[in-house]
Amino acid sequence: MAQTVLFIIIAAIILISGILAVTTKHIMRAATYLIFVLFGTAGLYFLMGYTFLGSVQVMVYAGGVVVLYIFALMLTGQHDNDEKVPAATIKKAAALIASLGGAALMLFIFISHKFATTVLTAPSEQLTSVKTLGTQLVASDKYGFLLPFEAVSILLLACIIGGLVIARKR
Amino acid sequence: MITIHYFLILSVLMLFIGIYGFLTRRNTLAILISIELMLNAADLNFAAFNRLLFPEGQEGYFFSLFSIAISAAETAIAIAVMINIYRNIKNNFVEHLDKMKW
Repeated sequence: MAQTVLFIIIAAIILISGILAVTTKHIMRAATYLIFVLFGTAGLYFLMGYTFLGSVQVMVYAGGVVVLYIFALMLTGQHDNDEKVPAATIKKAAALIASLGGAALMLFIFISHKFATTVLTAPSEQLTSVKTLGTQLVASDKYGFLLPFEAVSILLLACIIGGLVIARKR
Repeated sequence: MITIHYFLILSVLMLFIGIYGFLTRRNTLAILISIELMLNAADLNFAAFNRLLFPEGQEGYFFSLFSIAISAAETAIAIAVMINIYRNIKNNFVEHLDKMKW
């Protein structure tokens, strides 16, 4: 019961902040609302007992990505970024119809489908220890994740080089 | 008693909020914020399916972790591109990005 209440509170925070993040005119506020959405998602991971994933979400997203956004907004002149002329009403209406239609379709499919899943009842304690996760992350056997781990490290290297090349002064 | 439908409904709504923002925003940074919302919805689904369908495994957990890493990399590159655009045309709005249009 307590979990359901907690879930509903977090879901309300996520949805309200999400809607505000895509509708507010001031882009700095949009970045701030995005932080609330990301924190809410981290809260849901904690609710599921995935504490490490929740902390990664807080550290990488709220600590890294949003700070990057705010730097970029400051560097490109924050008031120049506000949407002064709103998008055309017809375009907004079309986008709204498309999103509502898509959401209705997907909600219909999900709700009418019976999933063979368990329910989240017990208080969420940590399911797997961080030690297990770390071992599995660098294991190369059947359930190991060494290859994607190395692929992500190459990706991050490529990202560093790409960022330097794209953003350097000519 | 949280079933998987709770998570699925929440992530569908988050995804389509992101799509709405993606279609209506005209500032490239705001479009990127909408993309973050969509990515976040996908991550939540991975974790929820792992937790409620197969709690003994860690596949969805790792998928979420890698997805977070990839989206951080994507954001860094995209912001570098946008700062470069800003240097060239002095703003960040998509209607001014028409040099390659003919």
